[in-house]
Amino acid sequence: MQVTRGFKGKQGDSKATTDRVPPGQYVTQDFPVLTSGPTQRTPLASWSLVLQDGGQLLARWNWAEFEALPQTERTFDIHCVTKWTKFDTRWRGVTFDALLRATGLTSTPRMYVMAHCDGGYTTNLPVVDLMEGKAMVVTHFDGLPLPAEHGGPARLLVPHLYFWKSAKWVRRLVFMETNAPGFWESLGYHIYGDPWREERYSGD
Amino acid sequence: MTDEVARLDGNAAAGPLGRFFAFEATNLRVTCASCGAETVLGRLHLYRGSRAMILRCIRCGEVNLRLLEVGPSLRLDLRGAALLALGPEPATAAGAFALEE
Amino acid sequence: MVNSPARLNWQVVTATLFRQETARVRSITFQATAWGGHMAGQHVDIRLTADNGYQAQRSYSIASPAGRGPHVELTVERVSSGEVSEFLTEELRAGDTIELRGPIGGYFTWNPSISSPLMLIAGGSGVVPLMSMLRTRNRADNKVPAKLLYSSRSADDIIYRDELDRMAANRDGFDLVHTLTRGAPTGWKGQTRRVDRDMLAQCGFQATEEPQIFVCGPTSFVETVADQLVSLGHGESAIKTERFGPTGDKR
Repeated sequence: MQVTRGFKGKQGDSKATTDRVPPGQYVTQDFPVLTSGPTQRTPLASWSLVLQDGGQLLARWNWAEFEALPQTERTFDIHCVTKWTKFDTRWRGVTFDALLRATGLTSTPRMYVMAHCDGGYTTNLPVVDLMEGKAMVVTHFDGLPLPAEHGGPARLLVPHLYFWKSAKWVRRLVFMETNAPGFWESLGYHIYGDPWREERYSGD
Repeated sequence: MTDEVARLDGNAAAGPLGRFFAFEATNLRVTCASCGAETVLGRLHLYRGSRAMILRCIRCGEVNLRLLEVGPSLRLDLRGAALLALGPEPATAAGAFALEE
Repeated sequence: MVNSPARLNWQVVTATLFRQETARVRSITFQATAWGGHMAGQHVDIRLTADNGYQAQRSYSIASPAGRGPHVELTVERVSSGEVSEFLTEELRAGDTIELRGPIGGYFTWNPSISSPLMLIAGGSGVVPLMSMLRTRNRADNKVPAKLLYSSRSADDIIYRDELDRMAANRDGFDLVHTLTRGAPTGWKGQTRRVDRDMLAQCGFQATEEPQIFVCGPTSFVETVADQLVSLGHGESAIKTERFGPTGDKR
């Protein structure tokens, strides 16, 4: 390894609370961003969130209906595959469990979900990683409406996995039979993405 | 910051693509599989992921190329490009079908 | 142009000479023993590694004229919270080594054997690859008509000011126009507004002269200027663009 004399970089000297930092990550105050295309700007009047089983519609909420669902506020650390970890991010939204209850489902029709987003982004998740409070559809960050640059009006939040799984501009959650790879996964990011096992790319 | 400020162009892909192609890939003419627009690769809109680059059609915004460079390995996804062309444009259709005897 | 494997590998290079161009901009000459030469307009990748393994990588345009090595000159602008540019402009000392890969790029390059007039439009640090083109033209005693329209914030931000003035004074077919967007000093003889269609029409080659055009700078600058050039009748294929990210480097 060729060390560059005098170079420290943005990571600075933060060493505290290392048990909160997954392997290979550095702590930042900034909000880590991973882009695959232009920011999507969907007006609230045309926004909807849809739950589907394959091609079959299970539930649909417009913005007013979605905001009327039981809201949850949670604080999480988030871990981006670009190696940046941000502590104590505060979110408000609707848990995946609450979406299922509102749909009248007590169990899920399939084992996997593909999240579909404005702009064409997709990401795949096992249902078990969405349930029991592990995932939310969030509309507020740090007490304020989520800006479009960070995935607003609503994004998926799955903080125990790398942040690319917390899909920005989410619009449809589609149950699927197999764990088909989404946008980054089909290029070569890890199919699951556990930051604690450093599962960044396939083959990790 | 808006995307128009943040996005780059295909010139930034020259490094990783140089490991795949034995010529300067930024001069390739790319035909979009979605809308058919033909653009020089160096002019496509480029977004950076983690060790990844996404190149999008400047007319319709759909993905034309994607690449992922992890250590010594490189993956190139060309499904969004219907055609890649290099060098001078071929002659007219009539000329192209005039086979040399 | 065939890729030779050497230029795709990281090589260790040594910083030898420095020149402060403006308060935030510094040119650095590197000695690169395995340098095979470059074309005007190409860039390099730079990689820095902290002692805990943390790495940062950025791309910078080559400022030195085309040709064989072993010296490569880069011109770097320090941008706020730019960890690499801050290191290169403030910390790096003569004798220090960094990792470099290149030269890279084939689209945004100028071939001096082409006889088309050369039209260069620069926004801020976008002048760096265009300066490589002008230095290449100069070194080869090339008489292709050339024009540079260079937009800077203030007179103090103009990079290579003296060298550009000397080139213009040679009266060898090179025309230089500066424009400042945030105020001009007394006695200023250049333009004083953002580049616009009228300025391009007045200071550039006409579309009928079929110039080869290079535009480089921040993304919004490049896209605005390219649109304006097209509206003046220049063909899209004659306009080559290179966008720098919002932090000024080609990240």
